Amino acid sequence: MPKGPKKFRLSRFLGQVAFYLLLLAVFAYLVFPFYWAVVSSLKSQQELFQTPVSYWPEKLRWQNYRDVFIMQPFGRNLLNSAVVAGLTTLLALAVGSFAAYALGRFRFAGKRPIYYGILAVSMFPQISVLGGMYVLIKALGLYNTWWALVFSYMIFTLPFTIWVLTSFVREIPAELEEAAYVDGAGPLQTLLWVLLPLMAPGLVTAGLLAFIGAWNEFLFALTFTVDDKARTVPVAIAFFSGASQFELPWAQIMAASVIVTVPLILLVLFFQQRIIAGLTAGAVKG
Amino acid sequence: MLKRSLQARRARAAWLFLLPSLVLLTLVAAYPLLRTMQLSLYQASILDYPLRPVWVALANYAFLIQDAYWWLSVKNTVIFTVASVSLETLLGLGIAVLVNARFPLRGLMRTAMLIPWAIPTVVSAQMWRWMYNDVYGVINDILLRLGLIAKPVAWLAEPSLVLASIVAVDVWKTTPFMALLLLAGLQSIPKELYEAAHVDGATPWQQFRYVTLPLLKPALLVALVFRTLDALRVFDVVYVMSGTNPSTMSMSVYARQQLVDFGALGYGSALSTGIFFIIAIFTVIYLTVLRVEVD
Repeated sequence: MPKGPKKFRLSRFLGQVAFYLLLLAVFAYLVFPFYWAVVSSLKSQQELFQTPVSYWPEKLRWQNYRDVFIMQPFGRNLLNSAVVAGLTTLLALAVGSFAAYALGRFRFAGKRPIYYGILAVSMFPQISVLGGMYVLIKALGLYNTWWALVFSYMIFTLPFTIWVLTSFVREIPAELEEAAYVDGAGPLQTLLWVLLPLMAPGLVTAGLLAFIGAWNEFLFALTFTVDDKARTVPVAIAFFSGASQFELPWAQIMAASVIVTVPLILLVLFFQQRIIAGLTAGAVKG
Repeated sequence: MLKRSLQARRARAAWLFLLPSLVLLTLVAAYPLLRTMQLSLYQASILDYPLRPVWVALANYAFLIQDAYWWLSVKNTVIFTVASVSLETLLGLGIAVLVNARFPLRGLMRTAMLIPWAIPTVVSAQMWRWMYNDVYGVINDILLRLGLIAKPVAWLAEPSLVLASIVAVDVWKTTPFMALLLLAGLQSIPKELYEAAHVDGATPWQQFRYVTLPLLKPALLVALVFRTLDALRVFDVVYVMSGTNPSTMSMSVYARQQLVDFGALGYGSALSTGIFFIIAIFTVIYLTVLRVEVD
């Protein structure tokens, strides 16, 4: 009899060890590529191109981070990305919160088709509008400007924003709004003074997701810009060139990759719960 | 009577609130989509401004039907989609079950899971391209040290390996996202069910098979369809890792190459329209199967 519990304890212990080893393996798998980018960005050119590869730089060299701004127009690319993603987010939130209020709170004929229509747009493959969008952007004189990107990014940020915000609006208790109506406020005043403050968490979530989406976008940025006047970071990183066509400046590419990723990781650290809530509201509730 | 007029007023307000969004979406989505479809019936060069379109009716589509490169890109996309979505689902489910358990530093793990998702696709593609480097890449180094390969492999040059290498990057980037969606689904399963199963003497596998899986099905289905739609339009990772190389190019990569690089606005638009219909069919299936509810 005394043997039983002991054996049980041992197998339980082994199970625990296996569990933590598995967790460790998953963790390593998830973060290793980023770790490798950081290590590579701190190496000298020589150290980068030597075998066997070293898993830690001999000495931390920050030169690559300086070179990115001196030898590449990366500062300008960062500015472009920040402005484009910032304006896209503001526009999507400003326009989207009105729509979300209407869809989340009002009953009216035609609501269902509108809702489905917006949902359908969010599933549009960007490539399916590329030709028409190109011609439109040329005609509006927006080609190779920030506005070309802010404008075209509405196709994926606006539907998603409306969607996330609508699910937040629905959860706000109706009594507050009714109180405002009794006090004689119109729909616009109710939205601005009663609902909008309560929607703040939703605005943060939707805004973060819109910002990340715009910051990371590649296809439109690649197609609607030609030079560094409006070229954003993803396109710049895809096109980094070295002294010759065959010699890619890997250390600089890695440094630039780390620079654009760090703010995103910080956002994720601070707003983890909100991001997950927004993603699951978007995907699971549908 | 009063109630009715109030309702009418509210309906009017709702439409006013919707107006800016509807105008904007018409401008950035409906109009460019219809314009692309219209352009697919013409022959035009993207370099001409103003455009000088020549009506060719369905000639672009007739060409598309027998365009070997188009079908090659369709094949690549289908392989990419099936391989990446199934791997992501299986791995994602595994990670979700793992992380659903209680353990210290669980918050850290969740953050780690969001990192691949937050990194721009272009950046993750470049990171992996460097890791895949045949001479100085870390992947070859690790595999050599482990004795899994005898000599360095040219992951991105070997025709039989490129697509698989690209799938591996997509799996790394998207599996954690899948896992997070599934984790949300797992956490909505009542604990009592597991306790009941435990009392009835169900093994962990039986619990997974008869409690977890059936209750997770809705979340699983949504995640699966989302990922499929996403994978079918893949562009960034393929373009950055192997450009317009025919052995890996996806439908989107090929359409953009025709449209922009070759300037074939008409034929490129026909390709875009083809992709639109392929994905639209999937979307309609999605909306009907999952019956998205408004209220």
